[in-house]
Amino acid sequence: MSSQIESLVNKEYQYGFVTDIESDAIPRGLTEETVRLISARKNEPQWLLDWRLKAFKRWLSMTEPRWPNVKYGEIDYQAQTYYSAPKSVKPLQSLDEVDPELLKTYEKLGISLNEQKRLSGVAVDAIFDSVSVGTTMKEELKKHGVIFCSFGEAVIEHPELVQRYLGSVVPYSDNFFAALNSAVFSDGSFVYIPKGVRCPLELSTYFRINAADTGQFERTLIVADEGAYVSYLEGCTAPKRSTNQLHAAVVEIVALDDAQVKYSTVQNWYAGDKDGVGGIYNFVTKRGKAFTNSKISWTQVETGSAITWKYPSVILQGDNSTGEFYSVAVVNNKQQADTGTKMIHIGKNTKSTIISKGISAGHGQNSYRGQVKVLPKATGARNYTQCDSMLIGNQCGAHTFPYIEIANNSATLEHEASTSKIGEDQIFYCKQRGLNAEHAISLIVAGFCKEVFKELPMEFALEAQQLLGISLEGSVG
Amino acid sequence: MLTITNLTANAGGKPILKGISLTVNAGEVHAIMGPNGSGKSTLAQVIAGHPGYEVTGGSVTYEGQDLLELEAEVRAQQGIFLAFQYPVEIPGVSNAYFLRAAYNEVRKAHGEDEVDPLEFLDIMAKKLKVVEMDEAMLQRSVNAGFSGGEKKRNEILQMAVLEPKLAVLDETDSGLDIDALRIVAEGVNKLKRPDNATIVVTHYQRLLNYIVPDFVHVLAQGRIVRSGGKELALELEERGYDWLLEPAGASA
Repeated sequence: MSSQIESLVNKEYQYGFVTDIESDAIPRGLTEETVRLISARKNEPQWLLDWRLKAFKRWLSMTEPRWPNVKYGEIDYQAQTYYSAPKSVKPLQSLDEVDPELLKTYEKLGISLNEQKRLSGVAVDAIFDSVSVGTTMKEELKKHGVIFCSFGEAVIEHPELVQRYLGSVVPYSDNFFAALNSAVFSDGSFVYIPKGVRCPLELSTYFRINAADTGQFERTLIVADEGAYVSYLEGCTAPKRSTNQLHAAVVEIVALDDAQVKYSTVQNWYAGDKDGVGGIYNFVTKRGKAFTNSKISWTQVETGSAITWKYPSVILQGDNSTGEFYSVAVVNNKQQADTGTKMIHIGKNTKSTIISKGISAGHGQNSYRGQVKVLPKATGARNYTQCDSMLIGNQCGAHTFPYIEIANNSATLEHEASTSKIGEDQIFYCKQRGLNAEHAISLIVAGFCKEVFKELPMEFALEAQQLLGISLEGSVG
Repeated sequence: MLTITNLTANAGGKPILKGISLTVNAGEVHAIMGPNGSGKSTLAQVIAGHPGYEVTGGSVTYEGQDLLELEAEVRAQQGIFLAFQYPVEIPGVSNAYFLRAAYNEVRKAHGEDEVDPLEFLDIMAKKLKVVEMDEAMLQRSVNAGFSGGEKKRNEILQMAVLEPKLAVLDETDSGLDIDALRIVAEGVNKLKRPDNATIVVTHYQRLLNYIVPDFVHVLAQGRIVRSGGKELALELEERGYDWLLEPAGASA
């Protein structure tokens, strides 16, 4: 692509500020003692400490996966800090008690925890480094029996639910980063929607990494009981720093019979600078288990992080269950992403849909990796996969790694793939109608991603579209 | 309105335009005709500011400004419109959204307020009639899956919305059946005003039965080899281009 398309992407990352706040962090490094220390800080029961320790032992015997199509140097796990919390945050505090400095931080991020200015119809759990700062709308949710709180709080207030479902979808032994997370996870969100309840609000968790050289290892558990419905959204940002920071999260979703869970992510971690210095390593395990007649739907807009390694998946356990994955992944400058999904068909007449849109600009490398597996008893399984890549410029790359394993002849699978390049002609056409190059690119990209954006909750669809425009700015010139 | 003086331009390092001079005044319709490869489309693209062509000499003045200094989008905002020979597809972007974005950019450039989607629908209702298009067209993606005729009609719809001062129609008749040709040509005629001008680039005379030119220019090997009134087009229809090429000789 000519000079036209080389200079649009480099707008300042607007969430790159640091909050100056006193933190209580444990010493760097990772030993059994670290695991015990984290558990003690959180006043956890013995069973949870035991679980963490088992995970830690398992982790020690595992090796970091190097099969993703991304390149990065050695990670020194002993150089990281595994727990950091603002000193002012007290366990189970109410929102009125939250440190004004933290409230200001969230205001700057566009998330108001303040009662008056909140987004209507959305309850927010705000996670700052290793702890939850507060959760809004709790009382309103309580009326409907919905539990929405920090993971730490759930362990204390609802231990029976946590113990029953923790690790039931992503066992601690699942993979290297899931084991690491299980050993040292700090905070995250917990959601429980009781039988037959349609959660009246959008639930949202906003993750913020602030402290330097600190990993964030959050753990989120969402349980939708029989016939329940919930829509959940997570957002993520971090300051600009020249060192890489590790974010290894685990998200587990349980959709019991006839339940529906819609999980949306707008991931905008700091991506590093244009030369690839700094940025978040986003190594995440997300998986849902869908029981009879239930539905789990993942929607993700991934624009941030230096490296993304993430495959939100659905185990279609129950008959007639449905799994969906809608993804937009953008890489620019030196960003790398290896992302996709796994749809495991176990029950009869299970159905899955995969729509993946990869956009590569600058020197970015974008890989789609997806698995569709149909087990012998999954009679009548159906999958539709559509995997589209768009290239902006000629220094970037798009790669596709589909894996299909079918053990039942009645399965129906469709796979469509395309690669396109934003052409000089498309941009010129827009310019000839009075649009400048940036406007043209954001329009063309938004059109390309339309099928995914329409799956986002309305409040966030526009934000995602703007975010995309920003992260591609400078890719055309 | 537009004065082109001794314009030369390259494409891919190869000289295509070899000294074009042309003056277009408000209220006039000019037809540029000529055999394939004579530089007709290049001239249209250079006026619109396509980055794939390199202007190597000469000047183009539009409304008193050096046109070649302006970015393509600024030219568009100031009233230059190119109806593309091959309209470009933009999947996932509705025609309505695209048209409104373009309309608002032009308004902004003139210090006017942007219009919201509802106001714009009212404006569109009138414009659709110009090209006999259905409202359903607005919800389809820009040119994606359009037939050749639909694409060309869509170009004229955009022209109707943007109301340019200088419209350049690049082979708008190519690939049109006789009904579509009539609709497109009538659309162009309806948009004609004393204060705007049209340059019609075409290979065949038949479009000029509908859009009657004040001047006809024959382009061959990068130069205007003959200019005349509308009767020149009829003469070309009868005699072809060869008799005009002979003096240049070398091309055979």
